Amino acid sequence: MTDYESHTYDVIVIGAGGAGLRAAIEAKGRGLRTALVCKSLLGKAHTVMAEGGVAAALGNVYAEDNWQVHFRDTMRGGKMLNNWRMAQLHAQEAPDRVRELEAWGALFDRTRDGRILQRDFGGHRYARLAHVGDRTGLELIRTLQQKAVSMGIDVFMECKVLRLLVDGEGRVSGAVGYRRATGDMVLFTAKAFVLATGSIGKSWLYTSNSWESTGDGHAMALWAGADVIDMEFVQFHPTGMVWPLSVRGLLVTEGVRGDGGVLRNSQDRRFMFDYIPEMFKAETADSEAEADRWYADHTAGRRPPELLPRDEVARAINAEVKAGRGTRHGGVYLDIASRLPAEAIRRRLPSMYHQFMELAGVDITSEPMEVGPTCHYMMGGVRVDADTAAATVPGLFAAGEVAGGMHGANRLGGNSLSDLLVFGRRAGVGASDYAEGRTGDPAADPAEVEAVIREALEPFDRSGGESPYDLHHSLQETMQSLVGIIRTGSELKESLEKLAELRERLSKVAVSGGQAYNPGWNLATDLPSMLTVSTAVAQAALLRTESRGAHTREDYPGTDPQLGKVNLVQRQTGERGVRGEISVVQEPLPEMPAELQTLFEEGH
Amino acid sequence: MADVTMRVWRGDALGGTFAEYTLPANEGEVVLDVIHRIQAGPAPDLACRWNCKAGKCGSCSAEVNGLPRLMCMTRMDQLPEGPVTVAPMRTFPIIRDLVTDVSFNYEVASRMPAFQPAPAGPEGYRMAQIDVERGQEFRKCIECFLCQDVCHVIRDHEDNKRHYAGPRFFIRLAELEMHPLDTNDRRELARERMGLGLCNITKCCTEVCPEHIKITDNAIIPMKERVVDAVYDPVAWLGRKILRRRKLTAEEAATGER
Repeated sequence: MTDYESHTYDVIVIGAGGAGLRAAIEAKGRGLRTALVCKSLLGKAHTVMAEGGVAAALGNVYAEDNWQVHFRDTMRGGKMLNNWRMAQLHAQEAPDRVRELEAWGALFDRTRDGRILQRDFGGHRYARLAHVGDRTGLELIRTLQQKAVSMGIDVFMECKVLRLLVDGEGRVSGAVGYRRATGDMVLFTAKAFVLATGSIGKSWLYTSNSWESTGDGHAMALWAGADVIDMEFVQFHPTGMVWPLSVRGLLVTEGVRGDGGVLRNSQDRRFMFDYIPEMFKAETADSEAEADRWYADHTAGRRPPELLPRDEVARAINAEVKAGRGTRHGGVYLDIASRLPAEAIRRRLPSMYHQFMELAGVDITSEPMEVGPTCHYMMGGVRVDADTAAATVPGLFAAGEVAGGMHGANRLGGNSLSDLLVFGRRAGVGASDYAEGRTGDPAADPAEVEAVIREALEPFDRSGGESPYDLHHSLQETMQSLVGIIRTGSELKESLEKLAELRERLSKVAVSGGQAYNPGWNLATDLPSMLTVSTAVAQAALLRTESRGAHTREDYPGTDPQLGKVNLVQRQTGERGVRGEISVVQEPLPEMPAELQTLFEEGH
Repeated sequence: MADVTMRVWRGDALGGTFAEYTLPANEGEVVLDVIHRIQAGPAPDLACRWNCKAGKCGSCSAEVNGLPRLMCMTRMDQLPEGPVTVAPMRTFPIIRDLVTDVSFNYEVASRMPAFQPAPAGPEGYRMAQIDVERGQEFRKCIECFLCQDVCHVIRDHEDNKRHYAGPRFFIRLAELEMHPLDTNDRRELARERMGLGLCNITKCCTEVCPEHIKITDNAIIPMKERVVDAVYDPVAWLGRKILRRRKLTAEEAATGER
């Protein structure tokens, strides 16, 4: 038997990025005993890397903008697969959430008359993204962090949660984890848990995600019996760095294109004009001259095709490279140098300038960047009630990237930071309401706690087994090559076979050293989540026999109207952990009310 | 390409030593890449903190060849030839290998009074770009704590941590003090409890800042000037004398005892 410390709260939030912080602030503001648990130090979560901005129809730059336009853009960007109610709440509430950040100390860039400035981004009809240069995520997380600290919220830093525990009445009541610094085990009990664990990108080789993005929340929700939806929709951001190899996948903000940057192939052609899909033809420029007029005045021309939604741009880049028109390192050129004065580039895109200068030795004010698609964002996630963020298992809530539904088949840039704020707050409200209404103290079964701890420590008992780093690398190669940006049925089947083998290999993983700050062991405890989530993605991708949004099937290049009306819903059956089977069923999308449907008719 | 040799500090609070690892060199790599290859090979339990690997989160701070640096932004091909020495930040207690206990910084942060704006008008807050830019410079801070690491007030004098906040928090104070909407006066706090006077503006912090924030020139010196105006103005001094208000010493303030 292993000793463990125990802590009990009303609301425990797992993950301290934007969504987790915002949820915790809400619960603490209600006077509830609230704790944040996060894998890294406070303020280091992946939100910090968001660059472009927060999408909110403030109407500061274009007074014509309003929530209906934002809602419509979001749904069309998501290929109408979004949960309409989430998209509606998001568009309606984002402006208040941005103004609230300002009241908490955020310093956004300003318009000439002193209001919050908004920038253009792909898929957004109007300049809509409140921003701070190209480091908006840092501003957002620091503002929320400072607010949370000033409220005295308890924070368990560098603490990894392994598993959620469900009580006899089927409510999520506990969570078992360990402190990374010491390796000591911890049991948390609470009346409500909020998952805000972010993404899953670390299962791919080339990703903009940090090491933390191992899908812990997605996996723990599945293991606790909750539904997940839309797992086939993994966004590949069109512009990641491609060289040097060591930084391959690192994000190049869409703000470069929003501020005038254009994509060219090795023949110097602005190729995006060749890839304008039917759905966006009416509002996209068909000549360079028209596109260029648009930057200065959005009424003087239609939008440049570089600002199509991310899925379209990523596929186009992929096709250009495949056709042999790529750069030396397998990307395309993103050129801002010939479009803006050097001084303006350094002012508007300071961290991009810095990043290319220091890591690639490229001066973006005088030469083009080489870019290509990189695994960036998970649209799919825990199925939640739009208004309360409640998962399908009582006591569990989810917000931010770990939640599914909001973005449908493809997320628009800028809609992630607003999602974090809107649904972070709503999850905080939902969890607080639930905690206040719940009777009795939450309890955990000691035998279950023991079992989770034992499983986590097993790799120490094996000698001569497999390195967790090798297994991780095999997983990344599998997902990159077989479940990447362009998919086919045969490769997806192969990926599922490989994933089954990898799950077998997991039971042979061995680690050396002690429990205190041991990255090898830490990785070994992240692998079960990664394997479960990767399996869910591959399964759903195989069953969606169409191409829609971020999910592209070479063997089914068109959309299937029937599949456009359903979510793929996955649920784990049988065994709780990585060995459980995941079932997939089709369920109809929630039906959009008539008054919202009119927004998609002609003339809007 | 030739091999690279890394001398990496291994140990914990009880002590440790440098271990040497030799690996093939790869084009374009940063120090953190090589540390990761050591983890994936000869030393799977080598502890190091990192997150974004893009210079944005400030997690992978260490002392590379004796200089405080972010490992993710230090290119191997820009270091001098010969073995590369990687050691943990010296100002903070060791947890393991390259990982230090930086909780001092979070404790100071928790003592920092919150932003307190005036109520918004009917059209929300209005601020000029030029006024927000002053604070934006300080808000570029990624909390890598390299400025704290290099600051000799605490690097060489552990005792000072009780009454000295360090450069990271002087820019936070300056940011709040210069925020167009904030209504609090933090000058007394800066002098008494945050130890602003102990800084003797050697600019070491500015030199190591990966975000190139002009910590000394744009935050510390202006804050010192504001404190001087508030505290050493003779008229204000006379007023306090008449009202018999005794100020807490820095130590009393830090411990909360009078």
